[in-house]
Amino acid sequence: MSGARELAAAVRSGQRSAREVTEEALAAVAARDVELHVFLEVLGDEALAQADAVDGTVARGEDPGPLAGVPVALKDNLCTRGLPTTCGSRILEGWRPPYDATVVQLLRAAGAIALGKTNMDEFAMGSSTENSAFGPTRNPHCLERVPGGSSGGSAAAVAAGFVPLGLGSDTGGSIRQPAALCGVVGMKPTYGRVSRYGLVAFASSLDQIGPIAGNVEDAALLFDVLARHDPRDTTSLRHEAPPTLDAVAGGVDGVRVGVCPDLIVGCAPDVAARVYEAAEALRAAGAHVEEIRVPEFAYGLSAYYLIAPAEASSNLARYDGVRYGLRVDADNAAAMNTATRTAGFGPEVKRRIMLGTYALSAGYYDAYYAQAQRVRTMVVEAFERAYASVDVLLGATAPTTAFALGDKVDDPMAMYMNDVCTIPSNLAGHPAVSVPFGAGADGLPVGVQILAPALQEALLFRVARAVEAGAPVTEWSA
Amino acid sequence: MSGTEEPGHQVSDGPGHLSRSDVIHVANLARLALSEDEVDVFTAQLRTVLEHAADVAALDLSHLAPMAHPLPVENVLRPDEPRPSLDRAEVLAAAPAVEDNRFRVPRIGSEPA
Repeated sequence: MSGARELAAAVRSGQRSAREVTEEALAAVAARDVELHVFLEVLGDEALAQADAVDGTVARGEDPGPLAGVPVALKDNLCTRGLPTTCGSRILEGWRPPYDATVVQLLRAAGAIALGKTNMDEFAMGSSTENSAFGPTRNPHCLERVPGGSSGGSAAAVAAGFVPLGLGSDTGGSIRQPAALCGVVGMKPTYGRVSRYGLVAFASSLDQIGPIAGNVEDAALLFDVLARHDPRDTTSLRHEAPPTLDAVAGGVDGVRVGVCPDLIVGCAPDVAARVYEAAEALRAAGAHVEEIRVPEFAYGLSAYYLIAPAEASSNLARYDGVRYGLRVDADNAAAMNTATRTAGFGPEVKRRIMLGTYALSAGYYDAYYAQAQRVRTMVVEAFERAYASVDVLLGATAPTTAFALGDKVDDPMAMYMNDVCTIPSNLAGHPAVSVPFGAGADGLPVGVQILAPALQEALLFRVARAVEAGAPVTEWSA
Repeated sequence: MSGTEEPGHQVSDGPGHLSRSDVIHVANLARLALSEDEVDVFTAQLRTVLEHAADVAALDLSHLAPMAHPLPVENVLRPDEPRPSLDRAEVLAAAPAVEDNRFRVPRIGSEPA
């Protein structure tokens, strides 16, 4: 399937119909999704009705929007009114939300076609999509490997060519890491930049919705549609988001890039080599490249795996079998709550709830939770020091290329290590993006990560475009 | 109320020493029932995560303020204007059990009515 900009231009000009584009996407899904398991729900009839509405707008000579006729894959933790929204969990199986997420409304208003709801680690807790209660998704470049997670379905949907755009959510790397493992672009905006109204909460001080796309300009196009203030989200920023798409091709002449060994240490040698090659590509494009140390990042992983579970243990208390979702009956309310949660949550969700409950409990609150919050302050201050001398940071997105299905699923700590390079930006609330850059020794995609200060998405995309332009042309397959 | 209180539970002797009884305690607080085997598995796994977190626990950060949130958030009240709320029938349609336009739940508490 062509890129989002080409498709939207063709539909807007009447050269192609949105129905034809949507039928083509649905046919591609029907042909190949049996083996990949990207979608938990394909919205066939709804997508075609939406496409017909877009075609009607074009026929009337009205503006159908910047994403006219572009099929988009939605992570299944984004509420879609009247349509299944499971979060990859048995506890929400069959639930149909009574409202749309703001991002879903914005997509529709921009003319995009919601093609389906994508697979994910249960409640976005995981880095491989193997924690889905409905079975794993496979990496389109190698069926024996994971697509990453937790937005593995949306990343794989773009990588498989089903859709040019996907939406994910990123709490500790859940957009960027699957984007890296699938060879696509994945971007986490500044905390508060994109409304989270209708995003099912995991860790509220960290969660952010963002774009997944086949190239940097398509990611910027989607970001520009989503980045606006929403009074329904109390954490939504009031700042006007400057359009990024027009600035993407501005180049990196004079931009100060800090290559950060603390975002490379612990990575496989083939991944580390690609990061240094990306730095060379930026230097060749006119950037000032220097090395910069931020040793405080080393503590991010531990802090994250106390803060995120603590917030999750509180957020997931709402699944009590009373108002929506699964209920397992029992003869009193407390026993019903316990029976419902025990049957409805998978092992990783239970682990995180218990870890968070422990970190918040009397006797441990100061040693774990408050201490992790102080580490957060330490990481923010370390970013500030780094950004006094450079404009952006460059590192790896994930420590390795896509790993084999089953490899880490029984070893939680090994799985958590996947997030070591992506977590600092979540702790600080800063934007960051993963861009494909060549292949690892196994022939599978490597992603390099660019990090920028809060609100600097336009600069972030500009550097990302320069990395993309300098990347080797690669046909990925293991 | 069953499953939520364990007055006799003593916290174990510090970070990194998570015990089986700690796991049973937090599972009860979180309203999760665990089999004996699950208690063993979760105890070992959570201990590994907490051992990794020992690097953080060991830092002297007393000079830093804890950070709860990336944004300097302040309380803002929106204008008190009436507006439509979610459709009641649509909301109740998602509930496991409903009676007289309300959510129906089993008896609260364990004493017979």
